[in-house]
Amino acid sequence: MSSPQRVAVLKGGQSLEREVSLRSAANVEAALQRLGHEVISVDADASLVRTLRAERPDVVFVAIHGKSGEDGTVQEILEILNIPYTGSGVLACVRSMNKVITKAIFTQAGIPTPPACAFGEDAFRELGVADALGDVEERLGLPLVVKPAKQGSAIGITIARAHEDVPRGIMSALSYDDHVMLEQFIPGREIAVSVLGTVDPIALPAVEAVFSGDFYDFESRYTPGMTELVAPADLSDALTAEVSRVALQCYEAIGLRGFGRVDMIIDEDDQVWVLEINPIPGMTDTSLLPKAAQAAGMSFDDVIERVLGEAALGI
Amino acid sequence: MGLVCPQMRRVCGMIGRAMNDGQGAPTADRTTARDSSRFEDRFAARATGIKSSAMRDLMSLTERPEIISLAGGLPDTDSFPDEIFSEVWGAVATTYKASSLQYGPTEGLLELRQDICEIMHSEGAIARPDEILVTAGGQQAIALAIGAFIDPGDIVIAEGPTYPGAVPTLTTNQAHVVHIPLDTNGMSIDSLEEHLDRLDSQGRRPKLIYTIPNFHNPGGVTMSLERRHRLVALAAERDILIVEDNPYGAIRFEGEALPSLYELDAGAGGVVYLSTFSKILSPGVRIGWVAAPAPILRKMNLGKQAIDLCSSTLGQRFIIEYLRRHDWREHVGRLNMIYRSRRDAMLAALSNEFPTEAIWSHPQGGLFVWATLPEYLQTSELLARAIERHQVAFVPGAAAFLDGQGQHSMRLNFSSSSEEKITEGVHRIGAAIEAMTALQRAFGGGV
Repeated sequence: MSSPQRVAVLKGGQSLEREVSLRSAANVEAALQRLGHEVISVDADASLVRTLRAERPDVVFVAIHGKSGEDGTVQEILEILNIPYTGSGVLACVRSMNKVITKAIFTQAGIPTPPACAFGEDAFRELGVADALGDVEERLGLPLVVKPAKQGSAIGITIARAHEDVPRGIMSALSYDDHVMLEQFIPGREIAVSVLGTVDPIALPAVEAVFSGDFYDFESRYTPGMTELVAPADLSDALTAEVSRVALQCYEAIGLRGFGRVDMIIDEDDQVWVLEINPIPGMTDTSLLPKAAQAAGMSFDDVIERVLGEAALGI
Repeated sequence: MGLVCPQMRRVCGMIGRAMNDGQGAPTADRTTARDSSRFEDRFAARATGIKSSAMRDLMSLTERPEIISLAGGLPDTDSFPDEIFSEVWGAVATTYKASSLQYGPTEGLLELRQDICEIMHSEGAIARPDEILVTAGGQQAIALAIGAFIDPGDIVIAEGPTYPGAVPTLTTNQAHVVHIPLDTNGMSIDSLEEHLDRLDSQGRRPKLIYTIPNFHNPGGVTMSLERRHRLVALAAERDILIVEDNPYGAIRFEGEALPSLYELDAGAGGVVYLSTFSKILSPGVRIGWVAAPAPILRKMNLGKQAIDLCSSTLGQRFIIEYLRRHDWREHVGRLNMIYRSRRDAMLAALSNEFPTEAIWSHPQGGLFVWATLPEYLQTSELLARAIERHQVAFVPGAAAFLDGQGQHSMRLNFSSSSEEKITEGVHRIGAAIEAMTALQRAFGGGV
C-alpha cells in the first residue's frame, strides 16, 4: 500500500448525472478512508478553484460523471492548478464524451461500431434536416437508437421502432443535449468491459447486464434488483478474448489512462459492436466496474488504490 | 409544501460535510458506516419500492443559485414581523422554559388542541379537543392516516393529479392508487361514481378517499359546494372513509369560503380532517393536526407514539403564545395580499408567454398553478432543457401521479418568488417551450 495522501474527491457537478456521481463518490470516499488516506470531499460548484487552492490536496480523485467531469473541463482546471488527478487527460475525455468524435476514431482504428449520423438542434430548425430523415432511415434501417450526442447513464435515449417514432425520439434527445445521434440498432447482449491501468492496461472480466425491457435504461441501471449483472459474462473463450482485445484497442485509440469502461453489444452472429467508452465509469452499488473487479478477484479498494497510484498530469 | 427534496438534500449535504470536517484520522466505524453497499440487501421491501428515476435526480439541480425555481412550495416567511417573532419567543423563554424543553403528551398540549378547535370553529367545523391529534406538520398527518388504514395492495382513491408529497407515502405503503380526474370544480364525482361501480363489480372496495378540496396542490382548483355535498353523501352511502387534506383553506384571495367536508359530515365519523400551521404561520415550527373520530384517533396516536412520542413542545408553545397575543387572521390577511399579487403576476405571464393551446388553472387561493401543454411536449424533457439552457425549474406533472399520467403538465409555485422573478421565470419556461415547438414544427407537426 502506498503512503497516505491528502486526496480531494471531486464529485457532484451540475450535470444530469449529479446524483449518480454523488453515489459513486460516496463509495470512492469510503474506499480511500479504508485505505488510510485523508479524504477531502469537494462538491464541484462555482467556488471549485478557490476550494482546491485552499485545501491544497496532494491529488484529486475525479468522480464526476457527464458534463464537467467527463468532458475534460475539470481536467483542464487541474492541469492549470498543477494538481495530479486520476483517470484520463483532457483530450481523451473530449474524445469519449462526444459520441460523434468517438465513433470517428473507432472507425479510423477499424473498431466495429454501429453506423450513425448526428445533427445539431439548429439544423432541424434552420436547415430542414427533418426532410432528410427518410434517407437516414433508409441508410441505417429501423429500429433506430436516438440519443443525445453527449450524455451518460442512458438519459434521453429512445429506440424508435417505426418511422413515426423518430421525431419524438429526436425531441426527447435534444432536451438533454444540443446534438442528437441516430444510430443503427443492434439487437444483442449488452456487455461492458472495464479496463485498468495506464502503461500496460488490463481488461477486467466482461460483465453482462441482463435486464427486462427495451434496453439498459436509467431505471434499470440504478434501481437495485432491476438488472442482473453477470460477472464474468457467460461467453465462449474466443469471445472472451475478443471483447477484451476490442476493449483494449478502444482504450488505446481514445488515449484513456487510469481506468475506463467500454460498452458493447454482441449480436446474434457473435459480432462485437462498440457503443461507447466512458473515462469515468460509474462506481455506484449497481455499477459495472465494481462488479468486474470482484469477478477478477480484486476488491473495490484495490481498484481505487491502483487508480489513485496512477494519478498524473498531462493533457 | 410540495417537493421538499431539494431542501432535504441540502440538509443531508451539510451533514455529510460536517462528517468530513471531523479532525484526525478516520475511525473504522465511520468508514464502514459510509459504505452504502453494506446495507443494500437488508432494506425492507417498502424502502426499496421507490425506483431510481432520472426525473427525481433532475430535481436536485433546481437548487443551483442561477436557477429561478418555480418548483418549490415554500410559503413566504420574510413577511412574519420581526418584533412579533422576538416577543413570542421571549414569552416562551420566560414563562415556559422547563415545560417547553420537556416531552409533551402524544396527542399534543391541551391548550393548543383548544386553539385548534377554535380555529376550526371559526371556519364552521365543530371538534372537541379530545378529537384532535397534534402532528409534526401536515405531512406526518398524511403518513399517520395512510399508515393507520393501508395494507399493501389496498385501494386509495386520490385526485389526479394528487399532492406530490403524498406520492412517496402512498408508494412506501404499497397502496394501489386510483386517480379521479380534476376539473375546475375539483374532483369529478361522476367519474368517482363510475370508478366505484367498476371496482364494486370486481368485488373491490377502496379503503379511503384522499382529497384536497381547497386550492388543490398541484391542481390549483377548489371543489364546488355541490360536489362537496355529493362526495360526503356518496362516501357515506358506500361506507368509504374520506381523508380531507386542508393545508391551504385559509389562503384564499377571493370568493367565499366553502364548508369543509368534515363540517358537512357533521360528526357522522365519515371524514378524517388534516390541516397545518405551515401555511398560516410557519412550516418551520412543524405543527399540523388531525381531527378524527376517537377510535381512529387512538390508532393514529399509537402510530405517532411509535414514530416520535410527541410533536415539538417548543413549536407547540410558540403557536400557543402567538395565538394568545395576536390575531393569526391578520397575518394571513397580509400573506394573502402578497400571494394574490404574485398569482396575478404568474397568470399575466402565462397569458403572455405560453402557447395558445396550453391551459392552466386560475386559483382563488393556495400556492400553485397547474398548467397543461400540448401533447407533443413532455414536461420531464422540457424540465431538462429548462434547467440546462434556460436556468428555470418547475415540477413536472408526472410527480403528481402514481400511474405515469401527467406527462404534459407542470406545477408552478407563485408563493415563494417575487413578482419580477415569477415574470422572468415564466418567460424562460416560455422560451424553452418555444424551442421545442419550433422543433415540432420542423417535423411538420408530426410528433
